[in-house]
Amino acid sequence: MLNHSLKLNSKIFESSVEKKSTRLGFGEGLLLSAIKNENIVGLCADLVESTKMNLFADKFPKRYFEVGITEQSMASVASGLAAMGKLPFIASYAIFNPGRNWEQIRTTICYNNQPVKIISSHSGLSVGPDGGSHQSLEDIAITRVLPNMVVISPCDYLEAKRATQAIAQTLDPTYLRCARNDTPIITTEETPFEIGRAQIFFEPDSKLAQVGIIATGPVLYNAIMAAKKLEAEGIRVKVMNLSTIKPLDTVAIIALARETKNIVTVEDHQVAGGMGSAVSECLAQNYPIYIEFIGIKDKYGQSGTPEELAKFYGISISDIILAVNKVIKKKTP
Amino acid sequence: MEKISGNRLKELRLIAMEIRKSIVSMLQSAGSGHTAGALGMADIFTYLYFEGLKHDPHNPKWPSRDHLILSNGHICPVLYATLAHVGYFPVSELMTLRKFGSRLQGHPHREYLPILETSSGPLGEGLSQAVGMALASRLDQDNDKNIYCILGDGELNEGQNWEAILLAAKEKLHNLIVIVDRNNIQIDGQTEDIMPLNDLVLKWTAFNWHVTEINGNDIKEIEKAIYQAKFVNLDRPNVIIANTIPGFGVKMFENNYLWHGKAPNKDESEKAIFELDERINKIMTER
Repeated sequence: MLNHSLKLNSKIFESSVEKKSTRLGFGEGLLLSAIKNENIVGLCADLVESTKMNLFADKFPKRYFEVGITEQSMASVASGLAAMGKLPFIASYAIFNPGRNWEQIRTTICYNNQPVKIISSHSGLSVGPDGGSHQSLEDIAITRVLPNMVVISPCDYLEAKRATQAIAQTLDPTYLRCARNDTPIITTEETPFEIGRAQIFFEPDSKLAQVGIIATGPVLYNAIMAAKKLEAEGIRVKVMNLSTIKPLDTVAIIALARETKNIVTVEDHQVAGGMGSAVSECLAQNYPIYIEFIGIKDKYGQSGTPEELAKFYGISISDIILAVNKVIKKKTP
Repeated sequence: MEKISGNRLKELRLIAMEIRKSIVSMLQSAGSGHTAGALGMADIFTYLYFEGLKHDPHNPKWPSRDHLILSNGHICPVLYATLAHVGYFPVSELMTLRKFGSRLQGHPHREYLPILETSSGPLGEGLSQAVGMALASRLDQDNDKNIYCILGDGELNEGQNWEAILLAAKEKLHNLIVIVDRNNIQIDGQTEDIMPLNDLVLKWTAFNWHVTEINGNDIKEIEKAIYQAKFVNLDRPNVIIANTIPGFGVKMFENNYLWHGKAPNKDESEKAIFELDERINKIMTER
């Protein structure tokens, strides 16, 4: 059942569940933050509507800089703006930002510890028909490796909106990973959000859980749907929303591992270096148990609907159910 | 325009030579580092920190200061030596260059030396940051602040510079003054052999910048170009193509690309200091 204390969307299991994109959540969150904080500036590399930065740009044209298709320079221009007391948000597709401009982010933003907010859209396989060249499956890995960086991957439109407002209040270099497609709204306006705090979204009625699923991003929906089906089969599952990947909520992850002894991680990203890797780094040292990793396994994507791709690359609801069954059988000795 | 007096000019030329002596000594002590570019730029750094820049060594974070971004961070010995000679920290600290625990990292790092405006070393990234600072300054309607950016010529191979050049021109950032160290060498050889830059004046002009070409080892020419950029050209960004002699001041280092990324040993350092002292004596006896 859903964790009622978090005031999640009770219509999540209905087919009519409302859907909106995390990129839209970012766009609305940025606008709200910019109204309160006049130091916020925005830069975009010729994708202002696609990234939903247009909501901010239309309202604050003087604080918006259209830099053209120059993601590398954009990152460093933002560093210069931040050095002068501004709070820059830079937006493009994940494959270009933080992909194309990774070393500029490393040296001019993180090495300098400047408060630049790096916003992506179009992360993950869920980009769909655009194909593998545009499906960023590496961005969590290349951002979480950077000292000083905070990495957040919101699960839905509302969490993206809250996360954007939260990162507008901090001075850390931050990567916010957003996606293109409209996906189910899992949370509500009343669901709390705190950077660095993992939350249990789904839990058994009473007894302890047998398996813990840790998911990040909109694919969390698949994890919750899998848990619901498993619940009907009598398998007790807890689902954790790990939207902040760095800093990692190690206390919550270790507690979940202690309770369940079985962990499945779920992400729309390469398994290598992604959220599951971060979880395994934590558990290998603190509470070593067997983990099943749901994610993309050393492959590039291709054109297709998000559903076709989720099935082909093994991140669908049925893949998560299989992984849960596997992890239960494969008891940690 | 203001003209520095004959006496002041002589003083500045002497300071530049003293800075060169520090550069040679600190590099010899470090045992590695970049000699030629640092020596070649000593006159420009001397003019900027002793005349041209609005700054205060006793108040490094003075909000009204001009900002200087050193993009080609590998020539940092000239930046460190100038900062020390102008009073930001003791000259003796220069001998800690590149050593463990030093504030003077092999390439500048703002975390270790917070008086720096930025960290640098990886090439091609300084101009974009300077553009960001110039944009911020304009947003704040700070009309008295100039943003200076020093670029190497080899560094112009990096595509990111040309992205920033486009943006600065689009935004008409007249508060931005770029100085290109046109010394014609990079680590693997002559710039025109490694990756021909050809006519930089034509290139920057085509990108809609104000362009001036000077002898970067002549303080009077440096002064004139900076004055022009600060007070006359107020509609577009400014670039000064400064032709310098790499290794200027020490014959064995001059115009030899092998000295781009090498530090002098004890013997070479002693010879270099001897030659620089001779030059100092010569300047002092000029009438």
